[in-house]
Amino acid sequence: MSAKIRKIAVSVEETHREIGRDISPATRKAVAVAVIENPFAGHYQEDLSALMDIGAELGALLGDKCVAALGITPAQAESYGKSAMVGENGELEHAAAILHPKLGAPLRVAVEKGAALVASSKKMGSPGQVLDVPLGHKDAAYVRSHFDGIEVRLNDAPRANEIMVAVAVTDSGRPLPRVGGLTHDEAMGEDGLR
Amino acid sequence: MPDVILRKTIYSIEETFHEGGPQPEKSVRRAAGLAIIENPFAGRYEPDIQGFMEDLKPLGLSMAERLIDMLGGADQIEGYGKGAMIGEGGELEHGALWHAPGGYAMRQLLADSNAIVPSTKKVAGVGGRLDVPITHINASYVRSHFDSMEVGANDTPRANEMVLALVMSTGARIHNRAGGLDAADIVGKDGLR
Repeated sequence: MSAKIRKIAVSVEETHREIGRDISPATRKAVAVAVIENPFAGHYQEDLSALMDIGAELGALLGDKCVAALGITPAQAESYGKSAMVGENGELEHAAAILHPKLGAPLRVAVEKGAALVASSKKMGSPGQVLDVPLGHKDAAYVRSHFDGIEVRLNDAPRANEIMVAVAVTDSGRPLPRVGGLTHDEAMGEDGLR
Repeated sequence: MPDVILRKTIYSIEETFHEGGPQPEKSVRRAAGLAIIENPFAGRYEPDIQGFMEDLKPLGLSMAERLIDMLGGADQIEGYGKGAMIGEGGELEHGALWHAPGGYAMRQLLADSNAIVPSTKKVAGVGGRLDVPITHINASYVRSHFDSMEVGANDTPRANEMVLALVMSTGARIHNRAGGLDAADIVGKDGLR
């Protein structure tokens, strides 16, 4: 089963200045969202493999959209995250089925490599609710400068029978990072952690 | 006059394929550009503010150009709108400075844009949202193109900031069927019909 997509939204934000200081180059984050029909809204479905396949489809689609919106090569992506918000006629497990089994592999193709776990969040929600997509370094989860998040919301989604699926990609960490820890340049990127 | 001090930009695009009805051949896209800038007049009453409109012109043009680029070229654009949110240290009147530089930037780049650019503005706290109205670029009465796009971000406008917004769309509402003047019947002289 492929996703029945009602809507796709992509947003890029650039931070050029913070607390009186210039950020150069600007830090940049992209988030891409697909609003899809929930094929299992309103009833209990034991086998969620259709949603897992949809996850794979959206991992590629949304990952590519983010990279294109940032205007970078896949290798230039530095951090990523994924989230889903399920409309009221679905269940939280639907978000898990989309996000966890199959979405990561095609997303890692879209950003090249991606040794680290993809940070994630999920919730039930309604139109206009905020979904906070967590961000972590794509190759080394301990890179502290890249722990971040990006908020996404659409005033008209998710409707009761819909699911909002979001993927976020950046080409940078936080503006003015200075809390230490492993840095992007020091990361080995082999075990996904350091 | 003060420089335009830009803290952040946000560019969003959304594409709607259907809204529960039959899926038309052509999807509808809307794009919004937000510039989050310092409000040079925050925290005091400044009687003479009009010079800042001139300072905002290059920003308006760069935003309009980027939106056109995101939507695939000027010939794709059928609707537009603009808006401003002013942080609590400023006043509503500061948002009005965006009318000329924001509106004329879009009209300068879009052929057959005789219609007034619809607008909205408000004073808001951080996380405030703005529903930016959209109408047809060449004839304000085209009913199929009355629309809006919600914009905003969790970290703005701070007290001493302004959020300046431009919005463009590529067509009518996805399942438009409320009648009125049709885009095909535009006379295109007075900006209204």
